[in-house]
Amino acid sequence: MTAVEPDTVQELETIARRLRRHAIRMIAGANSGHPGGSLSAAEIVTALYFGGILRHDPARPDWPDRDRFILSKGHGVPILYAALAERGYFPVDELMTLRQVDSRLQGHPVQGMTPGIEASTGSLGQGLSIGIGHAIAGRLDGKLFRTWVVLGDGECQEGQVWEAAMAAANYELDTLTAIVDWNRYQLDGAVEDIQSLVPFPDKWAAFGWNVLEIDGHDMAAVLQALTTASQHRGQPTCIIATTVKGKGVSFMEHNNEFHGKAPTGEQLEVALTQLAE
Amino acid sequence: MPSTKFQLTMGRATREAYGDALLALGRENRDIVAIDADLAKSTFSWTFGKHFPERFFNIGIQEANMAGIATGLASSGKIPFISSFAAFVLCKGFDQLRMGAAYPQLNVKVAGSHGGISIGEDGVSQQSVEDVALACALPHFIVCVPSDEHAMRAAVFAAARHDGPVYLRLGRPKAPVIHEPDLSFVFGKAIRIRDGDRLTIVANGLLVGQALLAADALAERDIEARVLDMHTVKPLDHDALESAARETGALVVAEEHLHYGGLGSAVALSLAQHTPAPVEVVNLGDQYAESGKPDDLMRKYRLTSAAIVDAAERVIART
Repeated sequence: MTAVEPDTVQELETIARRLRRHAIRMIAGANSGHPGGSLSAAEIVTALYFGGILRHDPARPDWPDRDRFILSKGHGVPILYAALAERGYFPVDELMTLRQVDSRLQGHPVQGMTPGIEASTGSLGQGLSIGIGHAIAGRLDGKLFRTWVVLGDGECQEGQVWEAAMAAANYELDTLTAIVDWNRYQLDGAVEDIQSLVPFPDKWAAFGWNVLEIDGHDMAAVLQALTTASQHRGQPTCIIATTVKGKGVSFMEHNNEFHGKAPTGEQLEVALTQLAE
Repeated sequence: MPSTKFQLTMGRATREAYGDALLALGRENRDIVAIDADLAKSTFSWTFGKHFPERFFNIGIQEANMAGIATGLASSGKIPFISSFAAFVLCKGFDQLRMGAAYPQLNVKVAGSHGGISIGEDGVSQQSVEDVALACALPHFIVCVPSDEHAMRAAVFAAARHDGPVYLRLGRPKAPVIHEPDLSFVFGKAIRIRDGDRLTIVANGLLVGQALLAADALAERDIEARVLDMHTVKPLDHDALESAARETGALVVAEEHLHYGGLGSAVALSLAQHTPAPVEVVNLGDQYAESGKPDDLMRKYRLTSAAIVDAAERVIART
């Protein structure tokens, strides 16, 4: 395992803040979208796209050997669009077209419409199965690419997630990594109050997965876990990343009001100040 | 006009033909991958699976996961054929097919076996009578109900050639032989099996054989019927229907499906838009069936040549 350089971490944290600013601006501009779950996943997405984890080439979104990234919790897509734009998949200017008619940036990810988007998600529970399909195809073709799937914690109430968890472990798909954004809230309230997933790490372990638990906002820990996952053999890895919904904007943190509500113009200014470099 | 009567010769079940065709396809194309959900010996996907174990996945009783995996496989360049009972793969995998095959227009092939009530004794939970409606509701899907083993083989090969999602309905019982082994088969092109001038019987699946028997019975009363094997419900052969309406003036649509959303609905809409003509339907109606021997069920629920003859008389009376 390689230690992560402090400079790298600091640089990535700066990028994560920039992605957060993009996401909040986009959602405010569209006056619709999901800030909470976009902000909670910022470090995960940043580490993958800017931390040297994801093998990809923005100039060739269809490169057969690229790593696949699937945002199964599709409502968090503003943070992904921000990362893709910053990486050059499409112009940064395009970000502000989010959710508008004729835009390539749909409210939830759409495969084939936006460069870099690998799967149409938004109907929760489906991304891990899609990831299995990619991983199997890679194995059949003798390719080395990896498949990364980010799920929400509430999303793991869906039965299909556990169908996929069972199959991925039985097929020993060690090129597949699930990252759960454990931000503890779903639309109607706290996951724990609505349909508890506890004991969560035990469930994945019982299904045959290698399980890592981290602080999903500790950039060094995120990088370390992603690296560990890519080196683990014989089992898929599930990284459970404990996060804060709305992370980085004081009035959004732990405030589920901002699960699916855009900030006002005034709130946007405050948020951008808090997220300044 | 036909001089010889249709001989009802039983061939193989379309599900058996599916398995053989998939195997043949797998031999010539390494990108064919098959997945089944614990019904591989019933859908005959096992015919492929035992020859290509590395390209065959029995996912277990997980239809939603199966459909999702097909999305990933197709996205990475494979041609997945997923199979199960039609009732399960479409009802339990519908959202996954909507988001993961129809919307992104991916190369996912869906084989729903044990279509209709002719599966028999297992009863309503296993009898798929709404699969055509569900599949037709999905944009970009081709929806095909082959009538016999030869049409099924051709349909499997056509599905693999087509770049996009396809639904094939497979049947459980042996199906009468309708076509020659080297039939000309194109999705969206009806096959005219018999000609006549007083009405047209439009049918698919097992009802094609019943349509031919009905046509012979009608001929004895000097009523000559055209019979179209409308194997593809979507895209529908509007030209064949327009010709049928103009040249024969009345139509009967026969299928092993519910009243709403199947071939009957599609034909009625097409005619209303293009060439209005009276239509009568032979189908299951707006109800579920029950357990029973396949032939007993087909008789009780009037999916027979006799029911087609009655419908023909009703529609001719309206012309």
